[in-house]
Amino acid sequence: MTSTALRSRAWKLLEMVTTPLLPSDYLDLFSPLRAGADLRGRIEAVHRETPDAATVVIRPGKGWRGHRAGQYVRIGIDVDGVRLWRAYSVTSPTSRQDGRITITVKAIPDGKVSNYLVRRAKPGTVIQLDQATGDFVLPATKPAKVLYLTAGSGITPAMGMLRDTDLDDVVMVHSAPREEDVIFRNDLHDLVADKKLRLVELHTDTDGMLDVARLGELVPDWAERETWACGPAGLLDAAEEHWSGHGRSELLHTERFRPSVVVVGDGGEVTFSTTGKTVDADGATPLLDVGEEAGVLMPSGCRMGICFGCSTPLKAGAVRDLRTGEITEAEPGVLVQTCVSAAAGPCELER
Amino acid sequence: MTAIDPTAHLTEEQIEELGRELDAIRDEVIASRGEKDAAYIRKVISAQRKLELASRAVLLFSIFPPAWLVGTAGLSVAKIMDNMEIGHNILHGQWDWMRDPKIHSSTWDWDHVSPAEQWKHSHNELHHKYTNVIGKDNDLGYGIMRVDEDQKWHPIHLGQPLWNFINACFFEYGIAAYDLELGKNLHKRRRKNPEFRARAKAVGRKIRKQVLKDYVIHPLLSGPSFLTTLAATFTANLVRNLWSHSVIMCGHFPEGVQVFERRSIKGETRGQWYLRQMMGSANISGSKAMHFMTGNLSHQIEHHLFPDLPSNRYAEVAVKVRALFEKYELEYVTGPLPKQVFSAWHKVFRLSLPNKKPKVKTPDREKELVAA
Repeated sequence: MTSTALRSRAWKLLEMVTTPLLPSDYLDLFSPLRAGADLRGRIEAVHRETPDAATVVIRPGKGWRGHRAGQYVRIGIDVDGVRLWRAYSVTSPTSRQDGRITITVKAIPDGKVSNYLVRRAKPGTVIQLDQATGDFVLPATKPAKVLYLTAGSGITPAMGMLRDTDLDDVVMVHSAPREEDVIFRNDLHDLVADKKLRLVELHTDTDGMLDVARLGELVPDWAERETWACGPAGLLDAAEEHWSGHGRSELLHTERFRPSVVVVGDGGEVTFSTTGKTVDADGATPLLDVGEEAGVLMPSGCRMGICFGCSTPLKAGAVRDLRTGEITEAEPGVLVQTCVSAAAGPCELER
Repeated sequence: MTAIDPTAHLTEEQIEELGRELDAIRDEVIASRGEKDAAYIRKVISAQRKLELASRAVLLFSIFPPAWLVGTAGLSVAKIMDNMEIGHNILHGQWDWMRDPKIHSSTWDWDHVSPAEQWKHSHNELHHKYTNVIGKDNDLGYGIMRVDEDQKWHPIHLGQPLWNFINACFFEYGIAAYDLELGKNLHKRRRKNPEFRARAKAVGRKIRKQVLKDYVIHPLLSGPSFLTTLAATFTANLVRNLWSHSVIMCGHFPEGVQVFERRSIKGETRGQWYLRQMMGSANISGSKAMHFMTGNLSHQIEHHLFPDLPSNRYAEVAVKVRALFEKYELEYVTGPLPKQVFSAWHKVFRLSLPNKKPKVKTPDREKELVAA
């Protein structure tokens, strides 16, 4: 018998001992980052970058397959006991030797995860990880001339690339409200001093917002540069318009972070994604009734919110708990009790 | 529907006001649910797994009597923790709010022969909704016993102390049969129902896995300790069964707990539903360790009012709930475990015989007249 066959037999035997749990449920108690475990990471340090941004140093589990500069990673972290998932750009270079990665997070107003990571996260915390992903990356062959057009925390994927790959001719146009809000300001000025980067630093509180249409005044050869742009939707929309207006769309790469804004209202259009049915619902009718009336086969139970037999994945939008008025917004892994939830704006259920 | 309705003094408005006050208690807990609660359940799960691992490891040497004693005691406690504070409560959805797929009512399974899916249906959906409604809530005597004067007597009830004892010893199998509605489904016509057959198969698979683990693999791994480990796992299952059966009997069977007629719940309001839960459940008083080992089902009244609140919060909720019982002049049925177990067993014995007197309880009537 080969050693793999032997190992899989031994594993089967272990499963028979641990049933109804899995051997990994026990191994996770002692070694959550081991090979073969669900991918997790451990926060090992948190460094303050600006008054409201911090770099989080993470040791990924053994299953981590590495990243390409510019990619992002989804992390799942328990905030007030609730697991929330967000995506952040990896800001460490791929050449980092200690096996750790960094993400850099800017706390946004009312941002549960970002505020937690910047202000409360403690070394030692185990978080959930996904493999790095995203195609906001440099091509295999180095472009001759590059422009990074960034604003606010949009600088993070660009920093990942700057730290990772030495390019011959790089310009960065970066906007932030004030000097003290510029994340990585010291690193950027070090690169400038080493003549590795030309930096145009704009402080929008005093300089006003960047007018992308007048980019040529700051970077005369912008149209020759392969460009990576990341920042608020307004900046990216303007950039796309500008580049396509000059027939240069193929040179522009953009990265959008903010999830689509959820419209919270009273009632709304309900989409049942599996069956493809769409109906209008008011803000008082339980989604279970809405689905059943539309002929969707809905799981159900007590119909009073106590048995959790009707829990259904909420894929998009928001629902309101008819008992407490609490709003739940769609996120990966969020299930809602359809018997006591009504549409709070347009929403989508997996049924 | 006991001869004297102990809630007769409440007006409809009072009952709805009571409902609103209970809603407020629930909202308070939900608003303050957070990191501490999450840490609690994770700590309990971690402790249970370590205890089970350690106990099973010790039992590999169960041929030595001290190892047998320690291992069996540890495994018994681990199995009780798995079923009560962890399994029962996670399967209720008490921890779904954490959005952790590993601690979620839709993914959890327990050290029990009844598959989680089936138990959730018969327990969460039927028992918790129709609590103590005769003909609707099969927990009232599990279909094999008579636990209220208003349930019809049949000669088969003569044997119910024995049925109850056997059920206590093999409680997990009793629950699996109950979740399958075996009594109803064994009729010739129903036996072939594909839905029933699929469920019966699922139970069969679960039983096979549980039996293999406890009575074959673990003893085999113990080598020369084969027989003693077999005896140890059997004992641990027996202890767990007797314990959970006792705790669960105390939830709805002790004297003083009310049962309800089918028609009494027609058009029931939220306030009336709450009131039925209050009158249909009984608590067990005791120490923190005692509450923990019962999976906080010692706070049965609070659990029935708010089945989806995290179990570690029932103790603080109980203080407020008890104050409401006093405010509305209702009887909060509670007592230490031995007293409640005795009370429940006493009822099982008493009701194995047909009712002695006509249902109208004259002494109570007289009391009421005097009071009026």
